[in-house]
Amino acid sequence: MDLKDLYRDVILDHNRKPRNFGALTGADGQADGHNPLCGDRLTVWVRLDGERVADIRFEGKGCAISTASASLMTEAVKGKDKAAIKALYEQVHTLLTHQDATADASLGKLAALAGVSEFPARVKCATLCWHTLNAALDRSADAVTTE
Amino acid sequence: MNAVSAVAAPFDAERVRADFPILAQQVNGHPLVYLDSAASGQRPLAVLRAVERYETHHHSNVHRGVHTLSQAATEAFEGARERARRFLNARSTREIVFVRGATEGINLVAQSFARPRFGPGDEILITGLEHHANIVPWQMVCEQSGCTLKVAPIDRRGEVDIGRLLELLTARTRLVAVAHVSNALGTIVPVRRIIEAAHSSGALVLVDGAQAVPHSAVDVRELGCDFYAFSGHKLYGPTGIGVLYGREELLEEMPPWQGGGDMIRTVSFEKSTYNELPWKFEAGTPNISGAVGLAAAMDYLESLGLGAVAAHEQRLLALATAELERMPGIEIIGTAAHKAAVLSFTLHGCHPHDLGTILDSEGVAIRTGHHCAMPVMTFFDIPATARASFGCYNTEADVRALVAALGKAREVFG
Ligand SMILES: Cc1ncc(COP(=O)(O)O)c(C=O)c1O
Repeated sequence: MDLKDLYRDVILDHNRKPRNFGALTGADGQADGHNPLCGDRLTVWVRLDGERVADIRFEGKGCAISTASASLMTEAVKGKDKAAIKALYEQVHTLLTHQDATADASLGKLAALAGVSEFPARVKCATLCWHTLNAALDRSADAVTTE
Repeated sequence: MNAVSAVAAPFDAERVRADFPILAQQVNGHPLVYLDSAASGQRPLAVLRAVERYETHHHSNVHRGVHTLSQAATEAFEGARERARRFLNARSTREIVFVRGATEGINLVAQSFARPRFGPGDEILITGLEHHANIVPWQMVCEQSGCTLKVAPIDRRGEVDIGRLLELLTARTRLVAVAHVSNALGTIVPVRRIIEAAHSSGALVLVDGAQAVPHSAVDVRELGCDFYAFSGHKLYGPTGIGVLYGREELLEEMPPWQGGGDMIRTVSFEKSTYNELPWKFEAGTPNISGAVGLAAAMDYLESLGLGAVAAHEQRLLALATAELERMPGIEIIGTAAHKAAVLSFTLHGCHPHDLGTILDSEGVAIRTGHHCAMPVMTFFDIPATARASFGCYNTEADVRALVAALGKAREVFG
């Protein structure tokens, strides 16, 4: 168990200066994520262009892992379509939950989350933003279908 | 409860520590520094051995056999009840109900005492520093019976605003339910004063003593409370056992809570008659070995001297408080004038969960989160705190390890 592996520079940097932080105006979908056990809370907004996430922002309060994970996620999914995002999340989830998983080059900066797998109690911190994104995408789908 | 007035007898925490085998281990390559006794205390050998002796020599079911083991088990279980009676200085063992813990004790009073007799217009008064276990059972009663829950606020130091509490205490108040010591803030609540005021206004009082019993001698007759609930596992005893004390006249009038074996005298399909106190409230086979372990924990703690333990913990609390106050970025949450050995804090720029992980990697076990007291977190407008809590086995070296590990956290998040 190595702290340096968990709190890599990329994580600390995204915690201190989260990217795509703050409300998104003109969003098609929005969802709140809450982890009552830790008190972590975040909101994710998405704007869609067909199946593609044209823009995404988030806001919230949480630990370094949850904040950095959300920040890294917004950078990674922007411009991707829903199917690619789903595939990416599966890769991230494997990385977070399997200590022997090796980060595929396609993960880019998200690979910095690899250290979380050594800290099972913290996995949910890193996944909260992804569940929230899913909910936001579902809502946007609802919004689209009811129009 | 006055934790500071204890005798200044020399207290050998290193020797006490040696009584707790679990503490002699390495965690993440460091000697374990256990600072989470407010969540659950560890068990001394005396408790482990008492449970083992019971399980290996005396176990059988209680109250239902003439054979030797059944009698031995009944004697051990009822002996534990007498031990608990002495621990609380209750008048009679009829007032000592074994429950799973503080939570179950409070629920018993909520369902068996409050629910059948409270209705619209009646009020239950709690305070802003309660554990969820002393909030939710009352909310359930309010929903079931139509009575109303009132909350006496706390102030920025984490003390109950007694002025507001007295204002909220009216002729409509039927019951006041209040923590003796706050688990999230450490505040020692002046329950004696609250009990006097409640009684003169015609209300009864339940005291949630989960965090108080490990740190001070509690005398329910001197306090004058009507109900007192606590858990064994915070008192260096086993999990799954606790005590509800209730004044005999009140318990006598209350209907049983759960039905089953042991709580009845006669059963026919037309009607059953109930057993006497306290068994009326103990349906089913109880946690016998838990009660045995709890009694051993009470023996152990009294052999150390509750006053000496409290004085020792107060020294550690004072030392840790002074050290943390000097660290830039640390804010202590809960600065009441009288506190038990609980120290809640935040570190600027470092979420309590990150702090918990970093401290754990140094072998230091603290609790992080809302401590089952979400309204307290809301009041201070924070999602969570880090909480170090001290028990009889903690030493100054533990405090130094905490401080060093916090230094490490500040390095990582500097
Ligand atoms: C003040 C207080 N009340 C009640 C409880 C509930 O105790 P248990 O979970 O053992 O029933 C706790 C435990 O954290 C507590 O600290």
